[in-house]
Amino acid sequence: MPESPSGTRTGHETQVVRTTVNGVEREAEVATRLTLADFLRHELRLTGTHVGCEHGVCGACTVHVDGAAVRSCLMLAVQANGRRVDTVEGLAGPDGELAPIQEAFSKHHALQCGFCTSGFLMSVAEALKEGPIETEQAAREVLGGNICRCTGYAGMVDAVLEASQTSYPTAKGEHA
Amino acid sequence: MTAEAIAEAPVRPVEATPGKQPMIGAPVRRREDRRLITGQGRYLDDLELPGAYEAAFVRTPHASARIRSIDTTAAARLPGVIGIWTGADLPELVKPIPPKVSNPLLRDMPRYPLPPERVHFVGEPVAVVVAESRYVAEDAVELIEVDYEVLPAVSSTTAALAPDAPRVHDELDDNVAIHVTQVAGEPEEALRTAPHRLSERFVIARGGGHSMECRGVAARYDVGTGQLTVWPSTQSPHYTRNMLAYFYGMDEDDVRVVVPRDSGGGFGPKAQFHGEDAVIPYVAMLLRHPVKWIEDRSENFVATMMERNQVHHVEVGFDDDGKLIVVKNVFEHDQGAYCAGLQVPMITLSTLPGQYRIPNIHTELIGCYTNMVPTSSVRGAGRPQAVVAMERMMDRIAEHLGLDPAEVRLRNMIRADEFPYKVGLTFRDGSPLTYDSGDFPSLTKAVLARFDYDGERERQALARSAGRLVGIGLGAYVEGCGLGPYEGARLRLTNDGTVLVTLAATPLGQGYETIYAQIASDAMGLDMEHIAVATGDTSRIPFGQGSFASRTTVTAGSATLQAGRELREKIFEVAAVLLGAPAEELCFQGDRVCAGGDPGRSVSLRDIVQVSNIGKHGITMPRGVPAGIEVTSYFSPERASYASGIHAATVEVDPDTGQIKILRYVIGHDCGNVINPLLVDGQVLGGFAHGIGNALYEESFYDDAGQPQSASYLDYSLPSAIEVPKVELVHQFTPSPLNPLGVKGAGEGGTIPVPATIANAVEDALRPFGARITSLPITPAKVFAAMTATNHR
Ligand code: FES
Ligand code: FES
Repeated sequence: MPESPSGTRTGHETQVVRTTVNGVEREAEVATRLTLADFLRHELRLTGTHVGCEHGVCGACTVHVDGAAVRSCLMLAVQANGRRVDTVEGLAGPDGELAPIQEAFSKHHALQCGFCTSGFLMSVAEALKEGPIETEQAAREVLGGNICRCTGYAGMVDAVLEASQTSYPTAKGEHA
Repeated sequence: MTAEAIAEAPVRPVEATPGKQPMIGAPVRRREDRRLITGQGRYLDDLELPGAYEAAFVRTPHASARIRSIDTTAAARLPGVIGIWTGADLPELVKPIPPKVSNPLLRDMPRYPLPPERVHFVGEPVAVVVAESRYVAEDAVELIEVDYEVLPAVSSTTAALAPDAPRVHDELDDNVAIHVTQVAGEPEEALRTAPHRLSERFVIARGGGHSMECRGVAARYDVGTGQLTVWPSTQSPHYTRNMLAYFYGMDEDDVRVVVPRDSGGGFGPKAQFHGEDAVIPYVAMLLRHPVKWIEDRSENFVATMMERNQVHHVEVGFDDDGKLIVVKNVFEHDQGAYCAGLQVPMITLSTLPGQYRIPNIHTELIGCYTNMVPTSSVRGAGRPQAVVAMERMMDRIAEHLGLDPAEVRLRNMIRADEFPYKVGLTFRDGSPLTYDSGDFPSLTKAVLARFDYDGERERQALARSAGRLVGIGLGAYVEGCGLGPYEGARLRLTNDGTVLVTLAATPLGQGYETIYAQIASDAMGLDMEHIAVATGDTSRIPFGQGSFASRTTVTAGSATLQAGRELREKIFEVAAVLLGAPAEELCFQGDRVCAGGDPGRSVSLRDIVQVSNIGKHGITMPRGVPAGIEVTSYFSPERASYASGIHAATVEVDPDTGQIKILRYVIGHDCGNVINPLLVDGQVLGGFAHGIGNALYEESFYDDAGQPQSASYLDYSLPSAIEVPKVELVHQFTPSPLNPLGVKGAGEGGTIPVPATIANAVEDALRPFGARITSLPITPAKVFAAMTATNHR
C-alpha cells in the first residue's frame, strides 16, 4: 500500500472516488470504509453536513445523491462514485441568494443551535422538488424524518409552508 | 375569566434614546442564522487542526468491576496508533473531580477521569487510544484486552436501598450518598389532624440531554509559550479552565479554553466536567501534538451524564374546601455511580411547594449511588419531578372532593400582593427561599380563558358520552432562575470603531450574538449594527460561570446593561473634549457622536478610538481624554428570580392501543421582561418538546445488571415533528425586581410542567376506569396496564 498523507487510509484498502459535489468534479483516493459524511466533512472540508447519530435516525447528515435525500452517515464514500452529491453548501444560489426554505427558516426562527438545520433543509428541499406542501400535517410528515432537540418544530412547520408557497405560488396552502 | 391582565407587550425597562428604535423587546431576527443555514457554522468537529491525532476510549462493559489487568500489546502494534494510556499509566490524573455543587452531608466518593482499579458504570473510560485517525483508534480499542473481576451491581434507587443491596462503593456501608430533610411548620402534626389525606408514589424515568451535537474536546500545547489551548464543547469555559488548571497544576492563565463559535446544543450535560475533558488535553501535552476526541452517539448514550430518575412518596393533607394544610414528600434521587453535583436533587427539594401557599411542608431527599452513569442537570433540572409530585396531588385532591382541579389550584395559589413571598424552606445557597414576583392566579385565568376551559370540559363530557377517552390536565410550576454567583460582560471600543461585547457565557443556540447586541444597543443608545458580540474564550475575559440554569439573561444581560451605560459615558467623555461640547449635549448618530444634534459638530467612533485607545507613540494625550475605552462589569444577583407558568392540555387515549394523542396544548409563561420575544418563544417551544419526550417517550433504561438497554435512537425515542403537537402561547410579563432588566430565565420553563400536565390529562381520560398513572414516561404499555388493573378504586 502506498504511503499516504491521510490518516484515514492507514492500514486500509483504498479506492478512487469521482463525484460531482455541488457542481464541482472531485476526485480522491479514500479508504473503502470511509463514510460519505466523513468524506464530505473531513476530506472535502464541507463541514455544513453534520453527524448527530451515525446510525441513520437523526437526519443531521442528510445530503442529496443524484437528487435523492440520503443519510450520508449510512453511505460509504465509494458508493458515491460516478454520482452527483449536493450538500447544504450548494443550496443557496451562486450569488449567495438564499433558497426559499433557507430564508423561511430564518424568518420563522426554525433554528437555534443550527446543528440539525442542514439536514432539515436538505430533507425539505427534496420534498419541495416533488411538489407543494400544503398542510400542517404534510409539513410535519416531511420534517418527521429528522430530529431537532432545540426548537420544538413549530417554526419549521411555518417555514415549510411558507417556502412551499414561495416555490408554488398558485398552490393552496394553510399558510396565510 | 379574561386575558385582560395580560400585557400586550413586554414592559420596557430601559429608557431608549429619543428617536432611536428600542431594541430590547423587539423580535429581532438572529445574526447567527445566515451562517447556520448556509452550512458555514463552526462547531467543534469543524475545527481546523491540521494533522491532529484522534482519540477513542476503551470503556468498561460491566456496571461494577475491578480491573485485574489491561493488555494493550496487540493494539500498540497497529499501524497508525500513536499512544495508549490506561488509568494506571497516568497517576497524575488520579485526582477526584469535585462535585459541582456539594453539601457537608454528602458522602462523596472519588470520580477519576480514568479510574485505575475500580469501575462503577457501563461506559466509564478505562483507557485512551490516540491514533492517526478515529477509524484506527477504534480498531485499536477493539484489540485491547481488559480482564475484569465482575461484581454485583444496582440499577435503581429501589435496588440501592434494599437491605441486602450490593454496595456501589466498597468504602461505604450502604448506598446513600446524602440524606437531607427540610421542614416548614409542623408537618407531622398537620398530617395527623388534617381532615383529608391522600398519598401516592410516583416514578420518573432516567432521561438524557441529547444535544444533537455530542460532546468533544480538542487540545494543542504550545511548547514555546507553555500555553495549553483547549477547545471543549462546554457550556462553561471558565469552569473547564479552572478544572484543567487544578488537574495539571498549571496557572489558569496558561490554560486557554476556547469554545467554538457554534455549539450544537447543551441542555445541561455540557455544563458538567467529564473525565474525557481532563484526559485529552493531558495526552496532547504529553505528545506535544494536537489531539481531538469527538464523542459518538453510542458513547453519548452510556458515558454522558443524564438526569430525571426519582421516586417520590408524597402525601398531602387538606380541608373540605381543598385548601392545602400540609405536603410531605420523601424522594429517592438516583445520583448514579458518583455525585457529579447535588444541584438537581437540591432543586427538587425546594421546588416542591410550587405556586401554592402551604403552611406545613416536609421535603426529604435520599440521594442514592447506583451503578449507572452519573446524573446532573438536564433541561428542567430536578423541577419536572417536583412538579409531578405536587401537581399530580392537586388533581387527586380535586377528585377526592369532587371539585374542579382548576378551582382547587386557584384556591391555593399565592396571591399577587403576597410578593416577595417566603416559602418557609431554604434555597440551595442556604438563604430563605423567596419568590421575587409573579401573578399566578392571573396567568392561570388567562390560560384557562385561552384554553376555553369550560367549553373544553363540555366537549370532554360529550366525547365521554360517545365512548371516547378524553382528558384534561393542568400543571403549574415555578422556576428559580437567574442564579448567582455572577456573570460578566466586557465592552470595548475596537480599533475599527465597533463596540465589542465579550461574554464569558457561551451560547448553545440561544442567539447571544443578537440578544446582547440588543441590550448593549439600548444601554448605549447606539445602533446595533455597530455592536458585535464575542463569547466563550477565557483569554478574552478572565472570570465567568457559564450558560446553565436559565441564568444568563439575568446575569450577563444585567452586566451588559451596566457596562454599556458606562461605556457610553466614557465615549462621550472623549467626544466632549474633541468637540468642545458638554457631554450632556452628545448623542450617537450612526457611528458618530454628535453635539446638539448637529452633524457638522460630530466625531466618528474611529476617530475617538484613534485618540483614546490607539494613541501616538510618545505623544501626550489631549487633556481630559481617558486612555483605553473599555468597561468590564459583573452582575451578582442577590438571589434567584422566579419565573412561573401553567400548562393546559387535552388528550385522547386510544382504548385499543393505549396510544395517547394530544388534542390541544396551551402554555402560559411568565419570565419577566423579554429581550427578544421571537427567541423567548423559541426557548419555550423547544423546552416543551423536551417535556413531551419526558412525558411520553424518553427512558434511559438499564436492566438489573446495570446494562443500558436503550443505547440507540431506535430504543430511545426523541420526539419528532410528528409527536410534538402545536402549542398556543399565553404571555405574562411580571418584571423581576432583582435585576435592572427585570428579566427572569426562559430556558427551562417550557419543559418543567409537561410530564405532570400530560399525566394529569391521561389519568383524567382514564377516570371512567379509575385507572392510575404513576410512572413516567407514559408508554402505551403502561396505559394499557393501568386500564386493566383490577385493584383500582
Ligand atoms: S448522523 Fe446520519 S442520521 Fe444521524
Ligand atoms: S436547532 Fe439545535 S438541534 Fe435543531
